[in-house]
Amino acid sequence: MLLIRCPYCEEERPELEFRNAGEAHIARSANMAGESDDDFEKFFFIRSNPKGIIYERWRHMHGCARFFNAVRDTVTDKFVMTYKAGEPKPSKLPGVAK
Amino acid sequence: MSGAFRIPGAGRFSQAKTARFSFDGRSYAGIEGDTLASALLANGVHLVGRSFKYHRPRGILSAGAEEPNALVEIKRDAARKTPNVRATVQELYDGLDGQSQNRWPSLSFDLGAVSDIASPLLSAGFYYKTFMWPKAAWKRLYEPKIRAAAGLGVSPDQPDPDHYSSRYAHCDVLVLGGGAAGIAAALAAAETGVRVILADEQAEFGGSLRFESGAKIDGQDGFAWAQAAVAKLAAMDNVRVLSRTTAFGYYAQNFVGLVERVSEHLRTPGHDLARERLWQVRAKRVVLASGAIERHMVFADNDRPGIMLAGAARTYLNHYGVAVGRNVGVYTANDSAYAAAIDLKKAGVNVAAIVDLRENPTGPVIDEARALGIEINFGRAVLRAGGKLRVSSMTVQPKNGGGERTIAVDAILMSAGWTPSVHLFSQSRGKVAFNDETKRFVPGTYAQDCVSVGACNGTDGLSATVDEAYAAGAKAAKDAGAKTAKGNKPKVDASESWSRGMLGAAPGAGPDTTVKAFVDFQNDVTAKDIRQAVHEGMRSIEHVKRFTTNGMATDQGKTSNMHGLAIAAETLGKPIPEVGLTTFRAPYTPVTFGAIVSHARGPLFDPTRRTAIHPWAEAQGAVFEDVGQWKRAWYFPKAGEDMHAAVDRECVAVRKTAGLFDASTLGKIEVVGPDAAKFMELLYTNPWEKLEPGRCRYGIMLREDGFIYDDGVVGRLAPDRFHVTTTTGGAPRVMNHMEDYLQTEFPHLNVWLTSITEQWAVIAVQGPKSRDIIAPLVEGIDMSDEALPHMSVREGKICGVPTRLFRMSFTGERGFEVNVPADYGQAVWEALWAEGQKHGAAAYGTEAMHVLRAEKGYIIVGQDTDGTVTPNDAGLDWAVGKKKTDFVGIRGLTRPDLVAKGRKQLVGLKTRDPKVVLEEGAQIVEDPKQAIPMKMIGHVSSSYWSENCGRSIALALVAGGRDRMGETLYVPMPNGVIEVEVTGMVFFDETGGRLNG
Repeated sequence: MLLIRCPYCEEERPELEFRNAGEAHIARSANMAGESDDDFEKFFFIRSNPKGIIYERWRHMHGCARFFNAVRDTVTDKFVMTYKAGEPKPSKLPGVAK
Repeated sequence: MSGAFRIPGAGRFSQAKTARFSFDGRSYAGIEGDTLASALLANGVHLVGRSFKYHRPRGILSAGAEEPNALVEIKRDAARKTPNVRATVQELYDGLDGQSQNRWPSLSFDLGAVSDIASPLLSAGFYYKTFMWPKAAWKRLYEPKIRAAAGLGVSPDQPDPDHYSSRYAHCDVLVLGGGAAGIAAALAAAETGVRVILADEQAEFGGSLRFESGAKIDGQDGFAWAQAAVAKLAAMDNVRVLSRTTAFGYYAQNFVGLVERVSEHLRTPGHDLARERLWQVRAKRVVLASGAIERHMVFADNDRPGIMLAGAARTYLNHYGVAVGRNVGVYTANDSAYAAAIDLKKAGVNVAAIVDLRENPTGPVIDEARALGIEINFGRAVLRAGGKLRVSSMTVQPKNGGGERTIAVDAILMSAGWTPSVHLFSQSRGKVAFNDETKRFVPGTYAQDCVSVGACNGTDGLSATVDEAYAAGAKAAKDAGAKTAKGNKPKVDASESWSRGMLGAAPGAGPDTTVKAFVDFQNDVTAKDIRQAVHEGMRSIEHVKRFTTNGMATDQGKTSNMHGLAIAAETLGKPIPEVGLTTFRAPYTPVTFGAIVSHARGPLFDPTRRTAIHPWAEAQGAVFEDVGQWKRAWYFPKAGEDMHAAVDRECVAVRKTAGLFDASTLGKIEVVGPDAAKFMELLYTNPWEKLEPGRCRYGIMLREDGFIYDDGVVGRLAPDRFHVTTTTGGAPRVMNHMEDYLQTEFPHLNVWLTSITEQWAVIAVQGPKSRDIIAPLVEGIDMSDEALPHMSVREGKICGVPTRLFRMSFTGERGFEVNVPADYGQAVWEALWAEGQKHGAAAYGTEAMHVLRAEKGYIIVGQDTDGTVTPNDAGLDWAVGKKKTDFVGIRGLTRPDLVAKGRKQLVGLKTRDPKVVLEEGAQIVEDPKQAIPMKMIGHVSSSYWSENCGRSIALALVAGGRDRMGETLYVPMPNGVIEVEVTGMVFFDETGGRLNG
């Protein structure tokens, strides 16, 4: 069972308290009604499926109930870092050589 | 007397404390402290089972968890029968009842052994080849026969009456394995003050110190030192010591699963004790001290009872005081078996000969054996064993060929070397590395915060092991945050040391032979089978494993994997590391479902939710149905009524006078804040800004793709406060959906969401008399149609308690939904029921509710919609705000496929024969005479008998449905085709006049 650090509770808590909520940093358009078919397709249907670093949303369902973002390595399953919803995608990841 | 083979003065348990037990109906005596295996051996019993495939007689191979042969059934009573228990692990208790398995009619005469003679037909992969034709025979003939003939134990046929417990634990240093290495590591860590857990699978700590008579630590005998050290650890506040506890799985981030056998060893476990306890431990650092497992020699008929691992024979002697024979032979390829021969010889057992494959080994144990007068034969191999139910001889030949010589023995002790137990390390995703010099896989690259010490790390010798383990324990503690280190490293005064050995088949079982030289005892895999698999084209070791089933039995190949790998590598002509190991997977040893499930079974498997009014309904004899976790009153049968009669009566009563319905399970969410209306605008298709406080609106919630996600009536209590209702099953996901948007897409909105489902009990009062029933109990609310029109909400009091009184209808009748704090739910219900009785009202359940709403064409999300239905498809376009510029799903609704013609639309269906009730889910076609497969144009989503309409009614999703009004369609069923007419969705009171009736 994974340990996940909730950036709001500022604590590592067991995976059981959390729910995955899909890929992160997929912004909903401010002009949703005017989106082109292609843009809507990208927004709603297309998701990355990387072998390695993935940016995803989690919810601390059985804790503070907040949604937040996490960086996880899909190969090792390790969480590289977590950060609050609304914060920008981190440009540098701790401990990841690139 | 506790057995003829018990040696007076030997062993660590009092031979005076006897324990009676039976095996296959015969009564024996053992002593307290024995395992079933040691007690049987003390009585001279080696034959304990029949093998899986060939039904060959089998004995006891080992003295531990790796045992592949001695699998027995332990029976406590009719419900407590455990199959496939390893006799080497099962501790003896007075009255133990053991049975051998896989034999008929008896263990010594087993008719199934005919498959041993027929074995040329049963070679590797025979299942895949033999039973292919005819195909139909597989299901009826081959599979049942094979399942009956193969398979080891018999599953218990009654529910498990025992209980199991489960605990989570956290620690700084978790030490797995309680031999010299584990104890030394635990001491070093514990002395720093950090939290330590030390676990070992055996009843007593000590590991190999149980048999290593030459070990001395801190001036004491090794085993005695281990007991003293563990007692010291157990007395420390920061240490938890777990014996009889197997670490079976190593998961992500140092999360380790252990199972503790709490009461399997007790004569009368009692009801207070769990049978087993699951420990789920999160450790900052893990020290793996899992030791090594001895390998057998691969030679012809090496499975005869009486042939066992040398280290096991030593354990039986030094720990249990049992001689495994009176005249033993030894077959080895390394030094460790010499120590077994020496100990047995000193205990008075005759050692007929040591046969050593090596040419001219030297060393102190060899000198000592020679000094004791034991015959030693270097450079020789045991060609085959004699005997059937018990080994009677070994035939020896120089390994490069030459004259054979047969030596009479009653046991053969064998050792091909020791395999480091890297199972847990490998489960932790660590990568093993092959040491070509010592021919073993040892931990290479680590993936988690753990360290291996001692024999599992390929470290030889007690002194080096203790040094390594103590340093690793101290470092683990420091890495886990320990500040100070104090204490003394245990001092090893005397130790035993050996390494090397051989892998693969011994001479006499080589590629040119067809003998039965077993590699995997539990799955009956021979050296020949593995070669055959390679010859038949298996190249990957994973394929060889699956084709031969080598290592796939419940022992997971603890003794067989390395031999199998070496034989495959030799046949492939590749070096071992190139062929590679198969993957180690959890569990290390079998774990019961009981331990994993623990308390989560029966009524504790899933929570049961009951409404405040549940006890009343129960007292009225309501029949309940499960809706998610909720128990809902389905219908209220009166004496002599079946379901249909009850539902018909309830439906008629609602339309004639009134009905009371418990709607408490409806999801309820309060949306509060200055931006509450803006938030509602974004989450629902409807316009909300202009809804006046005190009014209600039916709302539809979509996903971004434009499909209906949920629906419900929403009341605006104040400009900044909405009382939202959801479907019963949808409440949690609607709440999650709302929170998701509020937190991540619309965080600028000042809104708070609160689940109030369980705070409010809801009593629906529906029917022409509903106002008459409610009004006398209500204070502070004008109940006139002018003051409280349909689709409005007021706050006031009912029966003296606060209420949110909704005027709304899910039946098409004048109706109310009375929300009261849940604690008052039943009291208010009873007061309303008493009023209702004056008017002839009935209580109605979910079935009548379904019929009544279907009569009005009101949809149920999840029944009449399936995640691919738009508001337009459902005939609800009117609920979508046309002037709105944004809401969740607005863009999805304009996708080409969602606006295309011919979509499935919700319509009504009337059967030509009004008595025929369609089946929900039935498919609809245009032409019933077309060829199969027919073109299906829709399906029935709701269908009921409507007593109020005097006929059956149905809702259906039909392609282009609204353009088919009056059309005849067909529902083909197994008993014939049913003719239906497409109609509107409203079957009763089409004008809606009864809402104010």
